[in-house]
Amino acid sequence: MEPVLFILFGAIAVCGAIMVVTRKHPMASALYLILTLFAVAALFVLRQAHFLAAVQVIVYAGAVVVLFVFVIMLINVPENRMPVERVTTVRFLGVIAAGLFILESAVLARRFSMPKGPAAEVGTVEAVGRALFTDYLLAFEVTSVLLLSAVIGAIALAKKKI
Amino acid sequence: MSGPLFDLTVAIARIAVFFAFCFGLVVVMTWVERKGAAYIQDRRGPNRADILGVRAWGLFHPLADALKFLFKEDFIPDNAHRLFYQLAPMFSLAPAILGIAIIPFGPDVTVLGRKVALQIADLNVGILYLFAVSGMTVYGVVLAGWASGSKYPLLGGLRSSAQMLSYEVSMGLSLMGIFMVFESVRMSQIVTGQGGLLFGVLPKWGVFVQPLGFILFLVAQYAEANRTPFDLPEGESELVAGYHTEYGSFKFSMFMMAEYLHMVVGAAVVATLFFGGWQFPYLADAGFLFPGGAAVTLPPAAVFLLRIGAFVAKVLFFAWLYVWVRWTIPRFRYDQVMRLGWKVMLPLALLNIFATGLIMLLLKK
Repeated sequence: MEPVLFILFGAIAVCGAIMVVTRKHPMASALYLILTLFAVAALFVLRQAHFLAAVQVIVYAGAVVVLFVFVIMLINVPENRMPVERVTTVRFLGVIAAGLFILESAVLARRFSMPKGPAAEVGTVEAVGRALFTDYLLAFEVTSVLLLSAVIGAIALAKKKI
Repeated sequence: MSGPLFDLTVAIARIAVFFAFCFGLVVVMTWVERKGAAYIQDRRGPNRADILGVRAWGLFHPLADALKFLFKEDFIPDNAHRLFYQLAPMFSLAPAILGIAIIPFGPDVTVLGRKVALQIADLNVGILYLFAVSGMTVYGVVLAGWASGSKYPLLGGLRSSAQMLSYEVSMGLSLMGIFMVFESVRMSQIVTGQGGLLFGVLPKWGVFVQPLGFILFLVAQYAEANRTPFDLPEGESELVAGYHTEYGSFKFSMFMMAEYLHMVVGAAVVATLFFGGWQFPYLADAGFLFPGGAAVTLPPAAVFLLRIGAFVAKVLFFAWLYVWVRWTIPRFRYDQVMRLGWKVMLPLALLNIFATGLIMLLLKK
């Protein structure tokens, strides 16, 4: 059952990601992005990383993409004034680079064997919580300070008078 | 029955029964809302729909509503973005339905010699799943507002996205105290954790352990469900009907169903986290066990029925509370909603976490 689900959600994630890039309307891109994020969350669940899956949906699908949608709504470009995308040399090279990257990942994936069978209980809420507050306490706290400074910076930049 | 077949049957049966319960309650709640509003405003409320002369206190009105919605013209405004306009009601209803999955409706039961949990999915991430799912609700509202191609819905959609994001923060933080006290985010473990007694007298319910957390969570939930006093996304006096102004027929009724389903699921979550879920005060597995030492032995079937009854009664009460609050408290102004969310709720939620941690630390010593 697990390989079937893996292929199903993996396919949804990849197709969704391709649609995000190729759709012309930004709102369609945003909705496909949500689909991709959900599929990736499902892949996390398959690897027993329940906490990561929940956080993925809460933070990315539930908050970050909402802000994207918010911006798309406010700018609201009419469909006949959408920018026309052209094939440029840089984009062409980008596609080749992406192809090379996929090839490279495939070669690497064959060389290093992936862990098989059900993953160990490292992705549950309890395990992640314990790891964050013991082994990775310093990194955790430093990250929180970093995020705080980012918030203060954003307010300072956005508000002319504080 | 063999193992996998049994599991499948149980899974389907659970989904069917809980789904039917919640949707049945949605139908009843539309009636309760109008009847409640009427009696609070000194009116009689809906009482005219009848089947062969039987009026049944207006209970047939939800049926009449459904028929009306089904037979109305299903129009799409010219200015609308067709695809997104049609997607929006689905985006609205789906998260509300998904929320049903983690609610424990009763204690474990034994069927054909096997233990069956009365919960569709007892997830490891528990209540975090509900946050993830209810975070999706905002897309329905925002998409409806934007795709309608009209100004009032757009304003409603904008208001709601800001409001829902703001209150999601305090909603999550207000539950931290519950997680700390019951040492779990699993719904089933939180319910079992509430079975004990506090100081030997009070049931150890979330509301007694976390009174501030309860109030914060309840307020945040009303804001998340877009119910009065936080119904700014559809404020009739300013925005016609807000984000669903341009919707009619069954699409409109899907928005309504989503709202009422949110109320039902919300009521069940409050009952589960703060009022012991299916726990009946002083009722143990063998029967009543009062603090004084008096005991009444009851057969297991009676205990089971009492517990299911307790859960349903709690859900009904909190669903009614939504109606009661709606017709009692007027709508906030937008700046008041934002100020309450960020400058009152958020600091109080953080204070609650700190105080809970401090008390737990002192009690341990």
